[in-house]
Amino acid sequence: MNRFIGFIKKEFYHILRDRRSLFILFGMPIVQVMLFGFAITNEINNVDIAILDHSKDVNTKEIINKIATSKYFSIKGFIDHEDEIESTFKKGKIKAVLNFEKDFSKNLVTQKKATVQIVTDATDPNTANTISNYVGSILKNYQQELNQGLNLPYQIVPKTRMVFNPELKSVYMFVPGVMTIILMLVSAMMTSISITKEKELGTMEILLVSPLNPIQVIVGKVVPYILLSIINAAVIILLSIFVFKMPVQGSLFLLGAESTLFIVNALSLGILISTISSTQQTAMMISLMGLMLPVILLSGFIFPISSMPLPLQLISNIIPAKWFIMILKGIMLKGVGLAYVWKETLILIGMTIFFIVLSVKKYKIRLE
Amino acid sequence: MNIIRYIIQKEFKQIFRNKAMLPIIFVLPLIQLIILSNAATFEVKNIKFAYVDNDNTSFSRGLVEKFEASSYFNVVSQFPSEKLASKAMLQGKVDVILEIPSYFEKQLLKNKKADLSVIINAIDGAAAGVENVYINQIVQQFNEKAQVELFLFNNLGNQPQDIETIPSFWYNETLNYKTFMVPGILVLLVTMITLFLSGMNIVREKEIGTLEQINVTPIKKHQFIIGKLFPFLVLGMVLLTVGLIISKLLFHIPIVGSLSLMYLYTIIYILVILGMGLFISNFTDTQQQAMFIAWFFMVIFILMSGLFTPIESMPQWAQLLTEFNPIKYFVQVMRMVMLKGAGLSDIYPQVIKTLVFAIAMNTLAVISYKKTS
Repeated sequence: MNRFIGFIKKEFYHILRDRRSLFILFGMPIVQVMLFGFAITNEINNVDIAILDHSKDVNTKEIINKIATSKYFSIKGFIDHEDEIESTFKKGKIKAVLNFEKDFSKNLVTQKKATVQIVTDATDPNTANTISNYVGSILKNYQQELNQGLNLPYQIVPKTRMVFNPELKSVYMFVPGVMTIILMLVSAMMTSISITKEKELGTMEILLVSPLNPIQVIVGKVVPYILLSIINAAVIILLSIFVFKMPVQGSLFLLGAESTLFIVNALSLGILISTISSTQQTAMMISLMGLMLPVILLSGFIFPISSMPLPLQLISNIIPAKWFIMILKGIMLKGVGLAYVWKETLILIGMTIFFIVLSVKKYKIRLE
Repeated sequence: MNIIRYIIQKEFKQIFRNKAMLPIIFVLPLIQLIILSNAATFEVKNIKFAYVDNDNTSFSRGLVEKFEASSYFNVVSQFPSEKLASKAMLQGKVDVILEIPSYFEKQLLKNKKADLSVIINAIDGAAAGVENVYINQIVQQFNEKAQVELFLFNNLGNQPQDIETIPSFWYNETLNYKTFMVPGILVLLVTMITLFLSGMNIVREKEIGTLEQINVTPIKKHQFIIGKLFPFLVLGMVLLTVGLIISKLLFHIPIVGSLSLMYLYTIIYILVILGMGLFISNFTDTQQQAMFIAWFFMVIFILMSGLFTPIESMPQWAQLLTEFNPIKYFVQVMRMVMLKGAGLSDIYPQVIKTLVFAIAMNTLAVISYKKTS
């Protein structure tokens, strides 16, 4: 046992002496959570638009005013001709042009109908569609003001309640995701690298002929990273609670236990990667290229899984991050207990066991 | 010149001899391009919809049918009470609950107004906003139809004024999300591969000890650096080419603009990334450190690049920071040239900025590289 403790100590020294890695290890989560909390949002606002007003009358002025005061748009210019739309779009700044037809007010009064064309740069379809919807609803409101007095009876009014995130803050959505990414990559990448490093430098041989048995070597390698990852998880949770006022509705204890489970899962994945790669470079490329994008894209972190094509929805099931994000959202935002997330928990446990069994099978005690 | 050629030869041999790395360099990125481009969509569809119908008249069923007919909603089930429906939402089985109150139809007839209650799971705030818009649209359509049909409502004479909006989506009429994402993900893959490989390359020689052997040879600094970086430039260009072919043949992404402009820009861009990789490897002692630092900047650059989330929505200070993000410019250029056919005059600012980065990064990298330790 003493030997084993000595070995763990050695690992800790390795990590603590490498100041640069350590700095990133702890700086990364803080920077990311801050970025997601303060800078990155998938909402759409401040879109630059231009106006092409063929009639320049009272109504179009009023509409332009309404649009200028909304937080979604900022009017960045007026153009005089349809031909200019193309060149404006090509410069890339302006995302939409509102094209008011000629004699807008006149048509509105005499024919009871006037037209606005919303030309959007749909290279970004999401923004284009949202702009179109927002302009549409601003115009609808304006139209209702025009038609005041003509109030239509028999109104059905939907009363909407946004639950779990009433202010629609995107940080609520991102914190669980950021935490998952960091834990996954730090744990999987760091362990796989530190084990393959010994292989590449030839020191693995020394460890294998030492009185420590192979299991102790691996466990000793992993223990420091478990501790570091737990600290990371705690930092992220504290940041989200105190800086972003994100509620943790459920039990903190359960949150901690589930996080530890996920960390162990990621570490066992790291061990598995290290058993199949012989150089650090390979290990890193597998854990970075193979894990980073799938964890960002297929876990429901940024993009909703339910909108993906069916084969991808199926693939997403084998990504541990997906299940952990579901657990995190459940505990932090919905405030549910184990009764609601036992299925996800069991899946994570199953995956962990699978990774461990597989790595034990692949683990070579002898070097070729 | 000969010396550089030999170094390049050596590097290529090393790349091609490492059988474990080859698929990671060439196959993995392309598989990711194919798979992930399908995953990256902000479209909101297949919304899990449940309802509680306390009214249970043909009128209320008509409303539910509207939701069933909509392609956005997936009617999961009907619940006898709001409590049970909320429980299903806690379990994650339901995204949206519509509760129709008892005496819904009667109230509407009597009071000329009736309420519906809608509960939306808003953890994904952006999606919740879109879901709300869809629900309102459906209810409004139902409402208009009801006003005309059921209540024989007509407003002769006093016709309301109507402003009609005609949306027109340029460059991507069908609002296909892949058109937007494929060029962006291609940028990511080219960047990741070139940065990680170049960042690790020299450090690896340091760690294994072979760098010293090279340092004692008459190879000059610039020869060594050019010889080291050139293969990755080639690799990056090959990846770009294969990626472009895939986007054209598999995803049918239009390539409107000039290919040569794209390639020219990509060369400048990869020089920036290689300079960064070299710089990182000069300042680190182990591959682990190098990778970690590369990864740190990579993640920040990706998230702040406008690839997944719009830059315009960021606060002012964050937008200023993105000015120093080379990935942002590459993403912009690819989208502008590929999809809109922008010419050199349109992407002029991006080209200049990237060029400045390339010169700055490489100068720094060359200065900081020392043959002696």
